[in-house]
Amino acid sequence: MTAPGQIASFTRPRRLLSRLLRDSRTRIAIVVLLIVALSAVFAPLLAPYDPTAQLDIVRLPSQPPSLAHPLGTDPYSRDVLSRLLYGGRISLAVGLGAVLLAMSFGIAIGAVAGFIGGAVDAVLMRFVDAALSIPRLLVLILVASLWGSLGLVPLTLLMAGTGWFAVSRLVRAETLVLREREFIVAARALGASPFRILVRHVLPNVAAPALVSATLGIANVILLEAGLSYLGIGVRPPTASWGAIIQDGAEQVSDLWWLTLFPGLAILVTVFACNALGDALRDAFDPRQLPRGTDPTFAAEA
Amino acid sequence: MTTPLLELENLHTFFYTDTGVARAVDGVSFAVGVGETVGVVGESGCGKSVTALSILRLVRPPGRIEPGSVMRFEGKDLMALDESEMQHVRGNRIAMVFQEPMTALNPVFTIGDQIGEVARVHAGMNKREALAKAVEMLKLVGIPAPEQRAGEYPHQLSGGMRQRVVIAMALVMNPALVIADEPTTALDVTIQAQILELLGDLTRRLGTSVLLITHDLGVVAENCTRVIVMYAGEVVEEAATSELFAHAHHPYTEGLLGAMPRVGGEKDRLATIPGTVPPPTNWPKGCRFRDRCPYSWERCEAEHPPLYQIGGGHTSRCHLAEEPERRQHPHPPLAAQRGATAA
Repeated sequence: MTAPGQIASFTRPRRLLSRLLRDSRTRIAIVVLLIVALSAVFAPLLAPYDPTAQLDIVRLPSQPPSLAHPLGTDPYSRDVLSRLLYGGRISLAVGLGAVLLAMSFGIAIGAVAGFIGGAVDAVLMRFVDAALSIPRLLVLILVASLWGSLGLVPLTLLMAGTGWFAVSRLVRAETLVLREREFIVAARALGASPFRILVRHVLPNVAAPALVSATLGIANVILLEAGLSYLGIGVRPPTASWGAIIQDGAEQVSDLWWLTLFPGLAILVTVFACNALGDALRDAFDPRQLPRGTDPTFAAEA
Repeated sequence: MTTPLLELENLHTFFYTDTGVARAVDGVSFAVGVGETVGVVGESGCGKSVTALSILRLVRPPGRIEPGSVMRFEGKDLMALDESEMQHVRGNRIAMVFQEPMTALNPVFTIGDQIGEVARVHAGMNKREALAKAVEMLKLVGIPAPEQRAGEYPHQLSGGMRQRVVIAMALVMNPALVIADEPTTALDVTIQAQILELLGDLTRRLGTSVLLITHDLGVVAENCTRVIVMYAGEVVEEAATSELFAHAHHPYTEGLLGAMPRVGGEKDRLATIPGTVPPPTNWPKGCRFRDRCPYSWERCEAEHPPLYQIGGGHTSRCHLAEEPERRQHPHPPLAAQRGATAA
């Protein structure tokens, strides 16, 4: 057991940041995510062409990478680099938006269930159990195919609506542990109302695990969105998303390799960086964890 | 005598567990006067802490304060208050100092924040006023550089400092009663005396009554005017401190006093009381101390002793009050005999 006084938290961002940046792999992950995010934000400035414009359907379909089109063009004669940049906006927006919503909802449900307990807890958690037992992709495919193809907002809502179950379980478990801690009893003994205890004392203490789970959740949603778009039931064409670009070249993968490789790399790099950051956050929040690369045998003497 | 600040009458707090009903507090009555420091002594599991939590009505399911228990505080019936009225009492009129200063503070907030929170909850102060109040309280409990300390987190403070912070939190609203549940048990011996002195000094100055829960008779001797000895969910003896130390009546109190280490004591080995407290789901029918008592006889098995008046506010839950000559014939307690045959 560590002394509970050592739990890291949002309230010490500077220390957390320095713990995070200690590891070079984490620094790389952060830089990669920054590049991806910035290029998505500034896509209108960076993209050489309109991502949905069919440039010259007679002479320029399915061109391999060239100086004019660094990542080639797709069968509809659209510039892949431009589509990749704009597609990043969709993938990241859906990822961030869905995770943000799912987190808020999951934390609220989990904290309430864990804190109130009893019948409320039982009903909420049985619902979550049931929801967790249905494969997420199946639900997504079902709803998406019923709708035809989805707009951006419905897609985000759908991802969020199917993504909060695991978080609520995690937060509930944390809340159950916290509820028995002496500082919660102390807060009650000092006359704080249950609502105040929940907001002031429970939530800040579950923030750390929730943040870790959120970072990993973003990677998951990006993958799901790519998968849906690849199946042709994601964002509505001609909107570009990473999965949609791959789908456009899916029938001729061996000939049009640039349509698979570049968006595939973008997904890989982004998801990898998200996961790396999530792992690093988990380590940074846990003061027992030694910096990676430290020899544990001698660390105790340091 | 004027009306006491706090009066407990027939307090019963039971826990409804899978293995039966644990009668943790089983008919406790005592009073704490204005400005008085009363000690509650007893070994682990005798119901001291549950009594403390009961006073603040902080007992949680499966625990329950039984109907018929009476707790009067400042003329109010605590049992009749609703939850929001009770929240107004907690931290404001009755405050609690916990045993573990490590765990009684929230790790993610600065100590200034946490002390100030009490003022924000009860006095409606804004953030700035509350912080100023926190700094003032830190100064009061003798923490150097209080402005700077207020911005620090619990893990940055030593154990003694943290307990000072916990005391500061308890005293923010200048409560009428402070319940200190083993306030020094988790601290180094060298710090213990400092903390007790601080608590005693501050409460004397502010006129606060203190209910000091401890298993350490030395702490009681130095700090309390009156002592309540608890055993197996009951009060077994109550007396003024000097009276208790000079003329302990209950064999359990005798045992506790005998188990105290003394400087210059001629005995090499520390005396112990054989056996342990019986399980609270199954208190024995007669005297609950019978198995561990060196004087017990047939009556102790058959008849649950009432609290006998010994005179001068001294009470004892022992049949020796009626048959004092039995004290001349001690025998090895049943628990020790059993231990011997088992070994």
